[in-house]
Amino acid sequence: MASVDIVDVRKSFGAVGIIKGVDVEIGDGEFVILVGPSGCGKSTLLRMIAGLENITSGEIRIGERVVNHLPPKDRDIAMVFQNYALYPHMTVADNMAFSLKLRGAGRDEIAGKLKPAAEILGLTHLLDRYPRQLSGGQRQRVAMGRAIVRDPQVFLFDEPLSNLDAKLRVSMRTEIKELHQRLKTTTVYVTHDQIEAMTMADKIVVMHDGMVEQIGAPLDLYDRPANVFVAGFIGSPAMNMLKGRINPSDAMRFVTEKGGVELPLAAPAPDSARDRDLIYGVRPEHFHQSAHGLPARVVVVEPTGSETQVVIEVGGEELVCVFRERIFARPGDGMSLEIVAAATHLFDAATGARLS
Amino acid sequence: MKANAPSLVASFGQARNGPGLLFMLPAAAFLLCFLAYPLGVGTWLGFTDTRIGRAGVFIGLENYQSLWNDSVFWLSVFNTILYTVAASALKFALGLWLALILNENLPLKSFFRAIVLLPWVVPTVLSAIAFWWIYDSQFSVISWVLMRLGLIDAPINFLGDATNARASVIAANVWRGIPFVAISLLAGLQTIPPSLQEAASLDGATSWQRFRHVTLPMLSPIIAVVMTFSVLFTFTDFQLIYVLTKGGPVNATHLMATLSFQRGIPGGQLGEGAAIAVAMTPFLLAAILFSFFGLQRRRWQQGGAD
Repeated sequence: MASVDIVDVRKSFGAVGIIKGVDVEIGDGEFVILVGPSGCGKSTLLRMIAGLENITSGEIRIGERVVNHLPPKDRDIAMVFQNYALYPHMTVADNMAFSLKLRGAGRDEIAGKLKPAAEILGLTHLLDRYPRQLSGGQRQRVAMGRAIVRDPQVFLFDEPLSNLDAKLRVSMRTEIKELHQRLKTTTVYVTHDQIEAMTMADKIVVMHDGMVEQIGAPLDLYDRPANVFVAGFIGSPAMNMLKGRINPSDAMRFVTEKGGVELPLAAPAPDSARDRDLIYGVRPEHFHQSAHGLPARVVVVEPTGSETQVVIEVGGEELVCVFRERIFARPGDGMSLEIVAAATHLFDAATGARLS
Repeated sequence: MKANAPSLVASFGQARNGPGLLFMLPAAAFLLCFLAYPLGVGTWLGFTDTRIGRAGVFIGLENYQSLWNDSVFWLSVFNTILYTVAASALKFALGLWLALILNENLPLKSFFRAIVLLPWVVPTVLSAIAFWWIYDSQFSVISWVLMRLGLIDAPINFLGDATNARASVIAANVWRGIPFVAISLLAGLQTIPPSLQEAASLDGATSWQRFRHVTLPMLSPIIAVVMTFSVLFTFTDFQLIYVLTKGGPVNATHLMATLSFQRGIPGGQLGEGAAIAVAMTPFLLAAILFSFFGLQRRRWQQGGAD
């Protein structure tokens, strides 16, 4: 096991920058998730850690060793690919034992490592099968088994669950998490799915356009997003964002641009926020029904059973609210809502940065 | 009974396979006229003493008996096997090597791929004539270059010496056959997902181990197909030999196909020529059977579809 340090790493193809200076520290045994929309460079960064892509500048260290110019086979890492990359002409057992055989391990040693790994993943009865004869979830497990058998310093996962159906994805999520708790191997995991990131990670790295937007624990990102991008990316349904300014006569009130509606702030706005275009953010679950609240009009009601999602219109803006209780309103009905002031966010409209 | 006739036609039209059989007729007629009939006539000719201008009579296995005691025939069998084995082995080795190079990310990749196809695009007779000049006993460009470099004193007698002639025709055949092998294997290489190579390199494989344990096994079904065709083409080769050596010197490069032509058409012994041609079938059949069993889907290719 080892830590992974990424120091000012850049990658470009000619003049086009793909990774524009990324710094991430991954502690020994940590489960870190790189998350971001397609094309943000998260997979490229993972492949750079693996040694499958060159680094234009900067430094990647595994343990205390700089690995910039080490070929993949000397980095002592294991990777689970999105398409699993199982060798189709080898049985499950041979797939898992391949790296050990290359290392020159004896038959007893291979059997000794294969057996516990197969047991952990429930693959014991499938060892003689070929990859074609397995379901998607089983192939996924074999790919993980191949990684576990190696007992590497670092596990890398490249969108491992995106080829599975929704139900299997949820159960594999738990399985991967349990596996990590058991083996405690440093793990770097790439996904575009923010739910996966929230549920599995010790630490999330949100990437966008080749740069790191924010690094932090899942709930820190959720409660205190550093900028508009992170605020919109983390959380589902997404945070409501409204353009507007601070009320010149009351630093505790925000006035929307469109309808001139006044909304409460968590704390008095700093002086620097006055007379500037701002973005006001509030998560869907931070609305309450209250007799003295904002007058709103119901647009759409979407009950999911455990909660009710309601799209409302306030001062010409549509907002999404989620209620734990059941709402029996109809489109067009009026509603009176109160916002949890302490849970609101304020961002600079020009830079997108959080104003605390 | 009369009423039955139209209903028979109707039931034929309505039967599941009726229209299907109808649609297959043109293809069947084509195969019968241009494949089955010539094959049948050729086989029949082999059992007769037909000559040009004289219909023959059935003589049983007499042609084959005389071939059995014919040292030229056995020499042609030996030549054909030597030619096929040597040329196919070289084509495979060089073709695979070329395919592996072309599969890398080279600059001007598609240009080089097009160039590789050239020997195959040129008609055989044209390239054979080019080789004829290259192998000329006086004006050979190879001899000229080697003499200019001071490596040899006199021109090489490429086609006049038995060993040289065999090596020369094999080299010409290899040159012509490489593109087919190289491009087919390149197509095969491109079906191997790059992530498998990446996984293998993360698993600690050197580039040789990646080739040995990942590329080669995954390429083996295509190798079997390509090499079967290559062997069949080479075994039945005619044009190259006919233009370059006409079987000489002293039958040293006579293949079964050229000997069959030589005896049958210029020699006028149609029956004997046909017998030589028929004698090729056991070898071809063996090659086809070998590939049939070799080509059977491997266990890892069977089972659940994606």
